[in-house]
Amino acid sequence: MAAVAHPRPAGGKPELEINQTHADVTRDVVATLGQPSTGYLMLLAGAVGLFLAGLITFLILVKDGLGHAGYTPPVFWSVYITTFVFWIGIGHAGTLISAILFLFRSPWRTAVYRSTEAMTVFAVMTAALFPIIHIGRQWIFYWLLPYPNQRFLWPNFRSPLLWDVFAISTYFTVSATFLVVGLVPDVAAVRDKVTGWRRTVYGLTSVGWQGTDNQWRHYSRGYLYLAALATPLVLSVHSVVSWDFAASVVPGWHGTIFAPYFVAGAIYSGLGMVMTLLIPLRKALRIEHMITDYHFDNLAKLTLLTGSILFYSYGMEYFISWYSGSPFEQTTFWRRPFGWMWWAGWSMIICNAFVSQLLWFRKVRTNLTALFVISIFINLGMWFERYVIIASSLSNDYIPWAWAVPAVTWADWGILLGSFGWFSMWFLLFARSFPIVAVQEIKEMIPMPRKRGGGHH
Amino acid sequence: MPALKRTRRAVGVLGSFIHIDAAVEAIKALRARGHRDVVVYSAAPNHEIEEALDQPVSPVRLFTLIGGLTGCAAGFGMTIWMSFDWPLVVGGKTISSVPPYVVIAFELTILLGALSTVTAMVLFSVLMGKRGIAYDPRYSDDLIGIFVPAKGDQQGAVEQLLRSAGAVEVRHEAA
Repeated sequence: MAAVAHPRPAGGKPELEINQTHADVTRDVVATLGQPSTGYLMLLAGAVGLFLAGLITFLILVKDGLGHAGYTPPVFWSVYITTFVFWIGIGHAGTLISAILFLFRSPWRTAVYRSTEAMTVFAVMTAALFPIIHIGRQWIFYWLLPYPNQRFLWPNFRSPLLWDVFAISTYFTVSATFLVVGLVPDVAAVRDKVTGWRRTVYGLTSVGWQGTDNQWRHYSRGYLYLAALATPLVLSVHSVVSWDFAASVVPGWHGTIFAPYFVAGAIYSGLGMVMTLLIPLRKALRIEHMITDYHFDNLAKLTLLTGSILFYSYGMEYFISWYSGSPFEQTTFWRRPFGWMWWAGWSMIICNAFVSQLLWFRKVRTNLTALFVISIFINLGMWFERYVIIASSLSNDYIPWAWAVPAVTWADWGILLGSFGWFSMWFLLFARSFPIVAVQEIKEMIPMPRKRGGGHH
Repeated sequence: MPALKRTRRAVGVLGSFIHIDAAVEAIKALRARGHRDVVVYSAAPNHEIEEALDQPVSPVRLFTLIGGLTGCAAGFGMTIWMSFDWPLVVGGKTISSVPPYVVIAFELTILLGALSTVTAMVLFSVLMGKRGIAYDPRYSDDLIGIFVPAKGDQQGAVEQLLRSAGAVEVRHEAA
């Protein structure tokens, strides 16, 4: 094949700092898929190690029962349900960036959406493990599905827990589909650049994609509709998760603001995780020129918005508990910052409501070290938020003689760390196997060279 | 391309372009001369190419609509039918209390809408796509390709048209 000399384009949009040609983009993204470095292999080994620790813990729980995880009255939902909600929440930023910002034609999403979408799929895969771990008798998990028992009694569709089954499985299916569909043209671009067995593998996974006008015509339309379907879905999933709590009558849970409060929190936590993953990843894969300060500035602005909604929601929760006149509500909310869980209560308030306010400053938003540290606080704060909501309410419900402090045991730690290992393992494997930056969408934004010069039509 | 090896290769001329305006000019000129079944390759969708080709809107949207409506009907149908199949009063509510079933119907609307959209994309883009058309790996990188089906005696004229529009390479595809 003869090499064709290529002129550089007249210039990309300056705010996006795309000064590359189409060929540069393909070359740089294909370069991220090369031989893994020692550092990468060590990280992967660490992730697999944590996952194995979680797996061993799980096997012990299957053999002996959930007593190891501190399941004692009155707290039967504790670390596992907390971690379930945490991981479901993480996924939300991915869909927000890939689907909602796509519909809003927000150009800055292009460089970051593939990694956040992958994060979504792996976070939901992680979350989906927790109901299975939590039910104790995993061999009858299919009772959750709309399947009659031996008396032909169907499941109760009024139960928010059953809504959750539908919401989570739909969310996983649609997110995974969205990720795979987006990958096809990019995998084809990689296929055409590599040789040997890798060409065969990418050839099979690109399902014969050639980028013909007819393929793009159906693809662009289909992708638009998938984004349109994923947008209400992402808002519904955490609303349904919030109703697991809000539809009950436990003090601290039955709030009407729970759905928007949980959705904002979910996106906030997801954005935290996006920054935790992307800041080191862009350096490791040498794609700093593609994922720039401009992207992090925008991510930080979204974090500030959702963090401020969260701040308001926390305030409203306390106000409503006081205004309700219910001593149980008031006691529950008093105990969050001043009871036995004060450390968790303050971690939640400081990490989520206050730390996010630092992002009003542009200097903080464009300082990646500061953002990385803030993102760790966000991850911690959002885990504590769910733990506080779940454990503090259950440990102090309507029957004061039954009040008890739940214990966090080795089995809780084992499964919690195992979930981080499982998530990181999939994310690391994905980042080295498939294009982590959307080749096709970045190319769409770079004006193609013109014979007669001039800007983009 | 394993899929292409199995099929008879299409006869025609394949032109490669660096410049978008040159490719668009070639498409317009080809269409003006009656070449309606040209195949255009590009690394990303491009609205100038779409306008030049003047193709109808993809029928994928119909599949999305049908899938979504089927999911919605299945969600309400399943929950209401299952409630009446074993009529049991729960929490003093009516046997079939529709508001909570909206959640199930909503999720199934999205699920079946998305799955049927993807099915349509695979059907139209992959399974029903033209086979045996010449391709160059640089089309997924930075070149634009135009394949014009043309018999031996027409190929010279097509080549001349592509070159005068600005093609950087032209290749003849024999059977």
